[in-house]
Amino acid sequence: MSERLLEIRGLVKHFAVEGTREMVHAVDGVDLGVMKGETLGLVGESGCGKTTVGRLVLRLLDPTAGELLLDGHDLVRLPRKELRRLRFRMQIVFQDPFSSLNPRMTVQTLLTRPMEIHLTLSAVARQARLEELLEKVGLRGEHRSRYPHEFSGGQRQRIAIARALSVNPDFIVLDEPTSALDVSVQAQILNLLKQLQRDHGLTYLFISHNLSVVRHMSDRIAVMYLGQLVEVASRDALFTAPLHPYTRALISAIPALTPRGRRERIRLTGDVPSAIRVPSGCRFHTRCPFASDRCRSEAPTLRQVAVGGEAHQVSCHLVP
Amino acid sequence: MGALLEVRNLRTHFFSRAGVVRAVDDVSFSLGRGEILGLVGESGCGKSVSSLSIMRLVDRPGRIVAGEILFEERDLLQLAKEEMRRLRGSRLAMIFQEPTSSMNPVFTTGSQIAEAILVHERVSRKAARERVLRLMQLVGIPDPERRFRQFPHQFSGGMLQRMMVAMALACNPSVLIADEPVTALDVTIQAQILDLIKELRDRTGASILLITHDMGVVAETCDRVAVMYLGKIVETAALEPLFEAPRHPYTVGLFASIPRLEETVEWLQPIPGTVPSPLDLPAGCRFRNRCPHALPICAEAEPPTLEVAPGHRVACFLYEAGGRA
Repeated sequence: MSERLLEIRGLVKHFAVEGTREMVHAVDGVDLGVMKGETLGLVGESGCGKTTVGRLVLRLLDPTAGELLLDGHDLVRLPRKELRRLRFRMQIVFQDPFSSLNPRMTVQTLLTRPMEIHLTLSAVARQARLEELLEKVGLRGEHRSRYPHEFSGGQRQRIAIARALSVNPDFIVLDEPTSALDVSVQAQILNLLKQLQRDHGLTYLFISHNLSVVRHMSDRIAVMYLGQLVEVASRDALFTAPLHPYTRALISAIPALTPRGRRERIRLTGDVPSAIRVPSGCRFHTRCPFASDRCRSEAPTLRQVAVGGEAHQVSCHLVP
Repeated sequence: MGALLEVRNLRTHFFSRAGVVRAVDDVSFSLGRGEILGLVGESGCGKSVSSLSIMRLVDRPGRIVAGEILFEERDLLQLAKEEMRRLRGSRLAMIFQEPTSSMNPVFTTGSQIAEAILVHERVSRKAARERVLRLMQLVGIPDPERRFRQFPHQFSGGMLQRMMVAMALACNPSVLIADEPVTALDVTIQAQILDLIKELRDRTGASILLITHDMGVVAETCDRVAVMYLGKIVETAALEPLFEAPRHPYTVGLFASIPRLEETVEWLQPIPGTVPSPLDLPAGCRFRNRCPHALPICAEAEPPTLEVAPGHRVACFLYEAGGRA
């Protein structure tokens, strides 16, 4: 599993604030590799830039700077035509199944249209594939002629997953795929995603604000704060020995599912600073309970640290 | 703990063109003095409609069709509109999920809280303003003088939710209804607001009805819990027994489907199927088509509410013959 499928290098995305000269530093220098067959979790709070990373990776947005390599193909410099030929390999499932499915299309059209564009299949073969997809995601054959509004949120997310799978991708960005669902249905969808990954050897970039869900789904996890990665580690390393104060605060803030069983909490004060005027030095210093003078002036970089021989990256002056 | 607020056999139905939705259907619970009661359930279970019913804020096509809501020995449903309006925002206060849509964007936040005081009490503007500044300090807003003059868009979600808490507390309510108060907030900010709500209970002795879909929030905050499914309360218990020994198959299923931080499992155990349409409820127990333990009788009659342990009530046939499952 050590082969890289996707390589992100120095990724930057700035958005201009209308009517001003200011810039939103949505993504500000992200380096990250996604291995073949793994689930890489990307977590952070609202506005940290995780969704923007997902869209940049699929080239739904143009990066301000940086490189994106899918299996060695440079997605940023590739001519549009050739990029389109690679599109079938990378798909996305969005958070809101109510707005990501065209309400005027039947399930059949939603699932076969991508095949018509990306795959060379006969009409008969497309129908066979449609049947197969519906079954795979737990829908029935009779559902094909129905419209999205006839389905519940969980079923719509199944349709969105089937649509992503329809072109046989090897990489799927899952952007908060269960955040709009109730927990009992969320469990169905998470199980489905895991099963599909096994059956098809899929690679996932799993974006979420929910640490428990990310932990359940991911092999490795990257934590993002204000446009930058603060820590990248294996699932177990991140949860048993988190190094960055932000990661530790984030984990400790999750309510435990046992009464009065609250973890020792690292309290963060203040609000997330604006991504327009990012703090000097370490971007987390305004909320970090351990910040020193150095943190206020000098920006730390994401670097490899040795913890029990495992790959663990962190961006903090305080970690030796 | 004597009951301060008691909801008895409440039914709130919505008369839509497609049919009658029995959003709240024979719901009873009580809220003790100084108690934090969690009302939990998934979307569409009726938890929000229950809270709106208490405040008598249910709009057409919805209507409270039966029941009693006793507050300080009076039935809120019998009060004249004017009397109800005097209670609302003073003795009974409410915090909503979306702080940004709960405030008027064209007035300063401080003036909106002051107005809440001026509507209910005969105090001078100056006194109202001073009380608002004190409240802002209480809920942890730095630099209240400056913040008072700011508009809602100048606040972050967490800070604005603090302002909403301050507004709710403006007239010393004895009952505070918080409807998903932290759902729209980031987890580090969530923890701050939940701490604040608990502190307030400790300091003011107010009773709090906390409506949420998040079992973690319940575990952190509540003393007692009522679990709702499709318009009915299926289980009521103190916090520990509910988490340690849930009895209703729905509650059990809910816990099994949540990924936990302290436990690694390969597969989650979802509740099979989906919530039926509220327009087409199954006869008998509403959970039976998703229940792994359903009996023939579950399709025939509504399950009775049984007390399986002191204060622990379950609406399920499985416990009728002395408690199995």
